[in-house]
Amino acid sequence: MAIIKAEGLTYTYPIGTKPAFEDVSLNIEKGEFVILTGPSGCGKTTLCRCFNGLIPHFYGGKLEGEITVSGLQVSEHPIHELAQHVGMVFQNPENQLFALSVEKDVAFGLENLGVPREEIRERVDWALKMAGIYGLKDRAPYELSGGQQQRVALASVLAMQPEIIVLDEPTSFLDPLGALRIFKVINDLNKKLGITIILVEHRLDLTSKYANRVMVMTKGKIVLNGHPREVFNSEEARLIGVGIPKATRLYQILKAGGVDLGRVPLSSEEAYEAVVETLAR
Amino acid sequence: MFDGFKFRSVSSPVHTMDPRAKFIYVCALFSVAVMFNQLIPLLILFVIQIPFVVLAGVQKEWLRSMKGSAMFAVIIFTMNLLSLYFYGSYGSLPAIIERSLAMTVRFLVLIESFSVFFLTTSPDLLGLALEQSHVPYELCFAFTTAVRFVPVLAEEAQTIMDAQKARGLELEGGNFIKKIRNYIPILIPLIVNAIRRSLELAETMESRAWGATKNRTNLYVLKIGGKDIYLILVSAVIFVVSVYVSIYIQFPALTQLLVG
Amino acid sequence: MIKIQDLHHTYPNGVEALRGVSLEIADGEFVAIMGQNGAGKTTLVKHINGLLKPTKGTVLVDGVETTKVSVATLARKVGFVFQNPDHQLFSETVEEEISFALKNFGYDKKAIKERVDWALNLLDLTEYRKVSPFMLSGGERKRVALASVLAWDPKIVILDEPTIGQDNRQKERLRQFIMQLNKQGKTVIIVTHDIEFVTECKPRIVLMANGKILAQGRAEEILTNQELVNRASVVLPEIARIFHNLAEKGFPRQVIDVYEASRILLQKLGEPS
Repeated sequence: MAIIKAEGLTYTYPIGTKPAFEDVSLNIEKGEFVILTGPSGCGKTTLCRCFNGLIPHFYGGKLEGEITVSGLQVSEHPIHELAQHVGMVFQNPENQLFALSVEKDVAFGLENLGVPREEIRERVDWALKMAGIYGLKDRAPYELSGGQQQRVALASVLAMQPEIIVLDEPTSFLDPLGALRIFKVINDLNKKLGITIILVEHRLDLTSKYANRVMVMTKGKIVLNGHPREVFNSEEARLIGVGIPKATRLYQILKAGGVDLGRVPLSSEEAYEAVVETLAR
Repeated sequence: MFDGFKFRSVSSPVHTMDPRAKFIYVCALFSVAVMFNQLIPLLILFVIQIPFVVLAGVQKEWLRSMKGSAMFAVIIFTMNLLSLYFYGSYGSLPAIIERSLAMTVRFLVLIESFSVFFLTTSPDLLGLALEQSHVPYELCFAFTTAVRFVPVLAEEAQTIMDAQKARGLELEGGNFIKKIRNYIPILIPLIVNAIRRSLELAETMESRAWGATKNRTNLYVLKIGGKDIYLILVSAVIFVVSVYVSIYIQFPALTQLLVG
Repeated sequence: MIKIQDLHHTYPNGVEALRGVSLEIADGEFVAIMGQNGAGKTTLVKHINGLLKPTKGTVLVDGVETTKVSVATLARKVGFVFQNPDHQLFSETVEEEISFALKNFGYDKKAIKERVDWALNLLDLTEYRKVSPFMLSGGERKRVALASVLAWDPKIVILDEPTIGQDNRQKERLRQFIMQLNKQGKTVIIVTHDIEFVTECKPRIVLMANGKILAQGRAEEILTNQELVNRASVVLPEIARIFHNLAEKGFPRQVIDVYEASRILLQKLGEPS
């Protein structure tokens, strides 16, 4: 059964004159790892805001069509109810931490929900360990690097034990190593705990290998939707200006030059293996 | 001077005390300091706090707060001296000097106790203390978040200033109006960014089930423990003894002791 | 020409951001300063336009010590584009934003108009001349910030993390623009941790870690050295990773660019066996 299902979704911001996205239909199954990408201004952030009800409840505006998340009709349920099913991690780590210690921040959502103290303690510790930051639990946010802060934000969401986690360009302020660590944690959450991941990203070199699906948006519409190998190898993806992984790009250039690596690689490891196999042939 | 009030996260027996107990201690010292206007008892008050400072391990910061208040102390001393000399009825100059010194030490005692309180009390715990004293949660949350963002905003202001200086803005110089106008290119980005930031914060709060239930729980809970009771008792004893002393015993002035 | 000698910088809060950096950048060079966040990259470049003064050591720009002149004087020579355009935009229109620095530098009316027209055209912003910068998209605001610095035609241009928050198209556009500036003879210094961006423009790399320079040299040489890159907590570019593994099979190791990579692979794999 689809965990997120949208039919003919169109949304216009209160101050907008034209829709931020139009006639979007999608189906995301439980346990998927979906990358959502596309040029800035294409409507991907706006679409994410529908998944936990920030749209329409927080932003207002006009939402048409149908969207259900974890079986709940988004327009009928308040954000705090949806938030227990969908965790959101935003772009700027700095603006997602309120408290003066890491563990207090991770507890924030659970406190809001009125979870008993002993259970908060357990779930906070568990989330901190999953995000690999248990050792930082007493630190203040300004003592942390951007990557660490973003992992705190991720742990805060994780503590609420959602079925879906949506991450809106979580690494754009981070250095490559910080980004890599975040991606590894996200991948673990997906593969080990079966949490459905929707990741909005431009850094496709480092993430494509984790995903089972890529959706490309442009000008308020989903134009490509399929396995990363198909999507990134398509001519359309290149024309839209998606940052196709270097490994895939290498495959394409070689193919145009008459050498077929056999399958479309998404990462340097896959490209290396394909080259070695081709050499052996 | 403000550094002398900024919370420093170190572990010490004083840091883990209940903020409410420490608040009672500050209040007790505050009222005792106001009760006396002679130099000797005020000096005693000043000195008996020092072990507390050492116990908390914040000597360096405490010294900084004392240094920071030095200028104010000098002003208070001079003002007292002048007003007592010209309008007071104290007579001898040494007595006037002693009286002025007493007023200065009183000021230092107040600064000292507040500084210890803020140096050793994490704003998180302070927020919690407010919460458990039935201050509405929204207010407590606003308080801790504000404290959390002070260093962030200070850094942002510095970056904006640098960005405009890199475009040739000179902040110094010119008359008053010119000076104010110089700050417009700094204030506008600062305000615009603060608004954007608060919107993002609101979005995050909403996404973490803000307002889901009236019966919010809390990871931490403050409990008055052994140490806290001890501190409250000590504060009470100081207070009661001081009240007794101030009513029944007349402290001699230092000048009298020296002369007589 | 920029000459930095044994530069140390300690912030008032006691953080030692630079611990003995020596670096020379010739006129017309294109340099990327790389390293982890907190390695001291931004602190280093802020010394070049005098926003920061050395705690120890010297910084000479065209032979003049930065401690001897004001930031405003140095700024005419050294343009500095900050990471986040929102930290500088404040005017009612794009046009006014671009003329801000020109007014500060005392250009006359006619010259200001000429320079604004030139900068608007350079960054393809002419249609937004009378629009409020706050109404523009992120990519456009970045271009306004760029235009507002390039307007006075500084000889040295420093860009702090220019690719942050930019999508692939915008990055490509930025890359072409930077290359063009450099071709026109400007000294261009970028501070970045965007490793893939660097593989596409191949500047000279200055690799920093813990307030020191770890290594400097050609991009192909530095960014393919796994040991160096690890020490700076940076990651190898994707193409370099492939060739790092292929090296034992007789392939060259110093490859970072996808076109160069495919040229080599076509040669090896394309041979009829």
